[in-house]
Amino acid sequence: MNTHGKVFKYPDNVDTDVIIPARYLNTPKAEELALHCMEDIDTEFVKKVQPGDVMVAGWNFGCGSSREHAPLVIKTCKTGCVIAKSFARIFYRNAINIGLPILECPEAAEEINAGDEVKVDFDTGVIENVTTGKTYKAQPFPDFIQNIIAKGGLLASLKED
Amino acid sequence: MGMTMTQKILAHHAGLETVTAGQLINAKLDIVLGNDITTPVAVNEFKKAGFDQVFDKDRVAIVLDHFVPNKDIKAAEQSKTCREFACEHCVSHFYDVGKMGIEHALLPEQGVVTAGDCIIGADSHTCTYGALGAFSTGVGSTDMAAGMATGMAWFKVPSAIRFELKGKLPANCSGKDVILYIIGQIGVDGALYKSMEFTGEGVASLSMDDRLCICNMAIEAGAKNGIFPVDNVTRAYMEGRCERQPVEFSADADAEYEQTIEIDLSKMVPIVSCPHLPENTKPATELSEIKVDQVVIGSCTNGRMEDMETACRYLKGNKVADGVRCIIIPATMQIMKECVERGYVTAFIDAGAVVSTPTCGPCLGGYMGILAAGERCIATTNRNFVGRMGHVDSEVYLASPATAAASALTGYITCPKEV
Repeated sequence: MNTHGKVFKYPDNVDTDVIIPARYLNTPKAEELALHCMEDIDTEFVKKVQPGDVMVAGWNFGCGSSREHAPLVIKTCKTGCVIAKSFARIFYRNAINIGLPILECPEAAEEINAGDEVKVDFDTGVIENVTTGKTYKAQPFPDFIQNIIAKGGLLASLKED
Repeated sequence: MGMTMTQKILAHHAGLETVTAGQLINAKLDIVLGNDITTPVAVNEFKKAGFDQVFDKDRVAIVLDHFVPNKDIKAAEQSKTCREFACEHCVSHFYDVGKMGIEHALLPEQGVVTAGDCIIGADSHTCTYGALGAFSTGVGSTDMAAGMATGMAWFKVPSAIRFELKGKLPANCSGKDVILYIIGQIGVDGALYKSMEFTGEGVASLSMDDRLCICNMAIEAGAKNGIFPVDNVTRAYMEGRCERQPVEFSADADAEYEQTIEIDLSKMVPIVSCPHLPENTKPATELSEIKVDQVVIGSCTNGRMEDMETACRYLKGNKVADGVRCIIIPATMQIMKECVERGYVTAFIDAGAVVSTPTCGPCLGGYMGILAAGERCIATTNRNFVGRMGHVDSEVYLASPATAAASALTGYITCPKEV
């Protein structure tokens, strides 16, 4: 698995309330929710995002509410992956469970700029900034988690087991 | 090496003699919880994966609390999805309008959760039940679906930060000031992936409502869970209330902690968390120039009986300042009823406040007190992120019920006087 796209850059502590504001959570429909992805900090995101594009953020991405709607809207917008310095615990778990690729790589998250073109290989964890030519290696997932991802999410892996 | 209290509960539920930080385990669940926002997503996943029954109808709890009584047609549809699922699977702990309360006030009150439990909930504030000496953590809807189907969940065993409490809180401070102070000290990711274990001689002086409030906001420091030891205060609270036998766990004397932080409760002052992160804390006394348009007293953090008592102590016989909307939301129907019986509701109304039936409502910007651009609210809720209570250009200041009630009377952020 890999992705190749342009970067949307965000700061530290991006919370799930700005990823998908609670005022829209009166529906569980992903397509409807995705129209409001990142709306409270970046009104341009939904208009500009192209399939495969990459979110790059600082520390503690996805903090706050446990709403799975947050990784779900990012995935529904066809974002290729999220690279952050660190992820909040519940967001990290939810992203794995629903199959949104995420990578922890503080150095890449620090140096990659908004608008850069990046290529990400999830199998190796290698992040290539095509714009600057620099490559980075993200922390690999533990085998247990790789197994969930490989089987297509938590429920699919449970059914198989 | 010994185990922390959290590690001992997890080891027990994983059927293991010992566990160590970082270990991945599969643990048996005592309660799996969801609300009207997260359950519909879990129900979709549950059905999509082809599951047709819950692992135990008595171990699933579904509480309609975020947008009920239904705020609009879409919210009504979500409630209906929860109701139909609960009915189809004979979920015994299903709480609809009239029986419901805010989940994290309701489940301890009703004795659904107890000491020694291993609990997951599709709501980040599920960490509240650590106050009873349980391991309890927030997860997403897919984990809830998997938990409902199998009665199991995977966990990475957390390391821990120990908070050694000593002394006794001054009369104008409560558990809310303690947890806001701690978040201000360690930051919103200061306990990321870790347990916050509260110990020390100061624990004994904290009421259950204080402990529930402190554990409730462990997530605001990024923690996996917050937990208190079981003592006579816990036992008295659980007596005759819990439907299952409590099991007491305690940390080993040689348990390993990443860090120990000492907190002298007697030195605590009223704390306020400024926009737009819970870690932006200041003593209330430094914010007396900040004018507020709205005051909210309620939520899973501070909608309990002691919080109502505190609010009443400030509001009774006084008037909410002109230009301030004061909204009071008792967290459960039982608390609401007690507020009626004790005359608090009359006192609140006479003071010029409004009183709502239980709902998460304004805390997450759902309804029942949404802010316009440029408006400012002091609230006893738990998050002050951008747009959390309404317009992206509105502001939320987090505080204790005493500070919020005192501010309602002046129209400015006000340090509560000792009473």
